[in-house]
Amino acid sequence: MSGTLVAAHGVTVRAGARTILREVDLEVRSGEIVALIGPNGAGKTTLLRVLLGIVRPAAGSVERSAGLTIGYVPQRLRLDPILPIDVRRLLRLAGRSRKIRLQTALREVGAEHLLDTSLHDLSGGEFQRVLLAYALIREPALLILDEPAQGIDLAGQIELYALIERIRNQRGCGVLLVSHDLHIVMAATDRVVCLNQHVCCSGRPETVSRTPEYVHLFGQRGADRLAVYHHEHDHRHDLGGRVVEPERAPPAPDA
Amino acid sequence: MLDDFLIRAALGGIGVALLAGPLGCVVVWRRMAFFGSALAHSALLGVGLGAVLALPMTLTTLAVCLLFALLLAGFQEQRLLADDTVLGIIAHAALALGLIVVGFAETVRVDLVGYLFGDLLSVGRSDLVWIFVGGAAVLAALVRLWPSLLRLTLNEELARAEGVAVRPVRIMFMLLMAASVAIGMKIVGILLVVSLLVIPAAAARPFARTPEQMAGLAALVGALAVLLGLWGSVRFDTPSGPSIVVAASALFAAGMVWQGVRRA
Repeated sequence: MSGTLVAAHGVTVRAGARTILREVDLEVRSGEIVALIGPNGAGKTTLLRVLLGIVRPAAGSVERSAGLTIGYVPQRLRLDPILPIDVRRLLRLAGRSRKIRLQTALREVGAEHLLDTSLHDLSGGEFQRVLLAYALIREPALLILDEPAQGIDLAGQIELYALIERIRNQRGCGVLLVSHDLHIVMAATDRVVCLNQHVCCSGRPETVSRTPEYVHLFGQRGADRLAVYHHEHDHRHDLGGRVVEPERAPPAPDA
Repeated sequence: MLDDFLIRAALGGIGVALLAGPLGCVVVWRRMAFFGSALAHSALLGVGLGAVLALPMTLTTLAVCLLFALLLAGFQEQRLLADDTVLGIIAHAALALGLIVVGFAETVRVDLVGYLFGDLLSVGRSDLVWIFVGGAAVLAALVRLWPSLLRLTLNEELARAEGVAVRPVRIMFMLLMAASVAIGMKIVGILLVVSLLVIPAAAARPFARTPEQMAGLAALVGALAVLLGLWGSVRFDTPSGPSIVVAASALFAAGMVWQGVRRA
C-alpha cells in the first residue's frame, strides 16, 4: 500500500506463559499522527519495540517501507548524571551531521538557546524537546514517541503536542505516539488506537471515544474528560515556563 | 635516558594512566568497577600459570583475563543471580585458584607482593614496549567503540533502536578491559589496578562538560598521580604502586573540595 510507513500484521508477543500482545494489526502512514492509548500493561511499549525491531514477535510480521528511517524517543529516558554531556554533544551523536543541521533541528523544536546547556540542567519539557531534535537530525520518515509528554505540566503538554503537529505539517512524516493523556491525545491526533493486549478499537478520535470498548476500557469518566478539555488562557507558556506573546504563539490544537 | 629506572617507571606509569583514563570513564559510567576488580583478581591466576608452565607471564595473564571476561559476559545473560553476586563468586574463586597455582611455582612466591601491589620501579624496556604498543592498540579499539558505548550508556533502548549491536559492543568492551588490566597489572599491581581505572575518572567528572573532556581529564589526572606517586615513593621511601593510588585519591579529594568551595 502506498504511503504506509510501517505495518504490523497479526503481531503476537509472549513473555514466558504470558501473552503481551495478541494478533495486533497497526498501520502508520505518511503524514498522519497515530496515538496508541491503553491502560498500564496493555503492551503499548512492547508494540513500539516490535515496530522498531527490538523485539521479535512470536507470531505475525512487521512490514516497513524500503529504507525507512525511524526517529525514536523512548519512554522516561533517565539520564545518569555520572555521564557529563551537553546538548551539542548529544546531537552530534545522532549522526555525522553538520553544525547547520544541529541548529536547524534545535530551532525546529524551539530549543536553539540550549545548544551549550548540560543535559542534566534541562527541565523535563526542554529535555523532551532536545530528544525530539535528536530524533529529527536523522530526518526520519516516521517518528515514534513513547509517552513524550510524561512529567510535563498541562500547558507544556499542549505546547508539545502542537509542536509534534507542526513537525508533521512541515516534514510530512508519520508520527506514532503512546500516551496516557487521553484528552490531549484525542485533541491532537488523526487516529487513535486503543490497545489492551489486542486492538480494542481504533479510528478517528471522536468516533473512538463513543465506542463501548473505549468507555469500557477507560470508564465513563475517561470518555467524559474529553468533552471537558477546553484550555483557556489569556497567555501561554512555552516548555521552559516563559510566557509567550500571544501573537507569536503557535495555534492551539483544535479541542 | 631509558637507563634510568625512574624515567622508565614514569614512562610506564604515564602510559598506563593514558590508557586507564578514557577506559576508566566508561567503567565509571557503566558501573563496571566491580567487574574490573574481578578481572584483576583473575590476573593472579595468569601470573601463577605463567610461572608453572614457564610461559611469559604477560601473555598468560592476558589470556586468563580475556577468558574470565568472556566467562563473566556469559554469566550476564542469566537472570537468577545479580551481576554483583556472580562477580563476587568469580572474583574470589579466581583469586583463590590463583593463590593455589602460585603456591606450586616456587619462583613467583617471592614476587607475590610485587604482583599484588605492583612494582613500577622494576619496569624494563620490554615492559615499556608492552605498555605502549598494547595500550595504543586498546585505545584505538576504544576510539572505534566510543560512539556505540556512549549510546549504550545514554539509553540502551535507544541504542538498540539505532542499530547498535548491544551484546557485541558490551563483550568487546569487557575484552578491552581485560587487556588493560593485564597491561596495568605490572605498574600498580593486581589489587590496585582498578583504582587507576576508577579514581582518575571520578576525579575528572566534576570538571567535564562532555564525555571526551572527562576522558582527557582522567588521563591527565592519572598521569599526574603517577608522577606525584613516584616522587612520593622516592622522597618518603614508600612502595610505588600504593603511593600512586594515594596520589590519585588525593587529587580526587582536592577536586571534590574545590567543587565544594566553588559552589559555596
